[in-house]
Amino acid sequence: MHKRVSIFAGHYGSGKTNIAINYALMLKSEGKRTEIADLDIVNPYFRTKDSEQVLKAHGIRLISSEFASSNVDLPSLPAEAYSVIDDKSCYAVLDVGGDDRGALALGRYIPAIAEENDYEMFFVINMYRPLTRDAESTVEIMREIEQAAHMRFTSVINNSNLGDQTTADDILSSLDYAQSVGRMAGIPVKYTSVLEKFADKLDIDNILPIRIYVNQSWQREK
Amino acid sequence: MSEKVLMKGNEALAEAAIMAGCRHYFGYPITPQTEVAAYMSKRMPKIDGVFLQAESELAAINMVIGVASTGKRVMTSSSSPGISLKSEGISYLAGCDLPALIVNVQRGGPGLGGIQPSQSDYFHATRGAGHGDSHMIVLAPASVQEMVDLVFKGFDLAEKYRMTSMILSDGTMGQMMEPVSLEIGEINEYDKSWALTGTKCEREPRIVNSLCLQPEELERQNFARFERYKVVEEKEPMYEQYRMDDAEVCIVAFGVASRISKNAIDLAREQGIKAGMIRPITLWPFPKKALSAAAGRAKAFVSVELSMGQMIEDIELAIRCSRPVLLCNRVGGIIPTVEEVLAKIVEASKVGGAE
Repeated sequence: MHKRVSIFAGHYGSGKTNIAINYALMLKSEGKRTEIADLDIVNPYFRTKDSEQVLKAHGIRLISSEFASSNVDLPSLPAEAYSVIDDKSCYAVLDVGGDDRGALALGRYIPAIAEENDYEMFFVINMYRPLTRDAESTVEIMREIEQAAHMRFTSVINNSNLGDQTTADDILSSLDYAQSVGRMAGIPVKYTSVLEKFADKLDIDNILPIRIYVNQSWQREK
Repeated sequence: MSEKVLMKGNEALAEAAIMAGCRHYFGYPITPQTEVAAYMSKRMPKIDGVFLQAESELAAINMVIGVASTGKRVMTSSSSPGISLKSEGISYLAGCDLPALIVNVQRGGPGLGGIQPSQSDYFHATRGAGHGDSHMIVLAPASVQEMVDLVFKGFDLAEKYRMTSMILSDGTMGQMMEPVSLEIGEINEYDKSWALTGTKCEREPRIVNSLCLQPEELERQNFARFERYKVVEEKEPMYEQYRMDDAEVCIVAFGVASRISKNAIDLAREQGIKAGMIRPITLWPFPKKALSAAAGRAKAFVSVELSMGQMIEDIELAIRCSRPVLLCNRVGGIIPTVEEVLAKIVEASKVGGAE
């Protein structure tokens, strides 16, 4: 079953934010009161905030810095982030910034999360990102994040993709890589996240079907 | 490595520079180009390269001058306010005739402005940043893949003509993620008999300097430099044409604006308006001949910019004001929407009128 607190962290650009949004929507669709907190202090572009409308429409409260997606580049954390951790009647999804620098922000919430001990910390990976092409370098980044966050990952989400050019073969080619990461890290690969259009076609255990909720105007229209 | 990886524009710039043989990077952090420096800081130590976060933009650009004078490939990157600070050094690079690659991931201005994308450093880049008569080769990528290709091109042209090349990107291009093929581009060898490599007491010392107190000599240097620029303007303009065969409305746009424009052109065509685009890839040298030729058929031009009407002047000059040129722009970090560009195409299709 789902843990009350779900933490999404990983290498910069691995797809954490989109996975966190999809995961929150999944929890909500199962009837759970869900809140999502954007703890990204690294990147002022492409934030959870961009999906505010979708989240709002589904009745999911978004807690993010008042400066996110604004013209103010402040590495600030939302004051209300504590409330999702303290309010044990809701399911909390935490979207953490990339790499060890992003994970630093998680540190201050760790004592409460560890004390309650009802959490899952997902390590989101993408084999097609240039600095995490193999299991060794991926686990190296994972350890850096754990050191900064003062917390251990509990499972892996394989989000290997090439953006809108992803093929089913690209996903299948990443399965061994994800297993190697899991083996080296000593944690299970809990999900393979794939776009909904691939979900039925692929014979993979533990598929997490996802959607892209924010389309950008500079992408080619299909 | 020819298979594809998923990269941010900023990361692609950094990796391509390393692939092109750049082992010296000097920078100072600023949003939205920080990933270039972050990537370099991770990669350079692993390949015996130098990543140095300088104490300021001024220090960084002067370190670039130092390495460039030895003939090695060197790069710095910044965003608009930081490029202003580097402008003095850019002028010195021109005065010393040194090759270097400078990346500007533009953000909204003037002043500190904002951190969202902009193209409002167009004048600054294409008119030769800094004081004195000079030019940079200015390259404007419109995809992450093109970032890789233009980094190779930028280094190549810089060495070929002993000039500074600038990659003129913007916050969106720097942040967007796309699959790229990291194939190594062409690396040519050029004469570097000017480079300061140490005499070892075996040859006469060489001097790289921008100070010249003799007016006649300084004038001679300026004329000689502009003879070289003339060759660049003749030989090196790059552009892409999109649906231009029968186009009556010609959009001119670069970088992220060109991507929006392509979508708007497709919609306009569905409405029966013959629209097309000339996308300058080099902003200096500007593809004047291509625009001048397009003016033969096109009834009107539209300049789509994330600035207050800068490139529009180059379009008007290139076509000698023979056709109306409309401006479609948003600023302050806002990107024009496909609908806004489409509306301007419709307007342009009417103002052209029958001849």
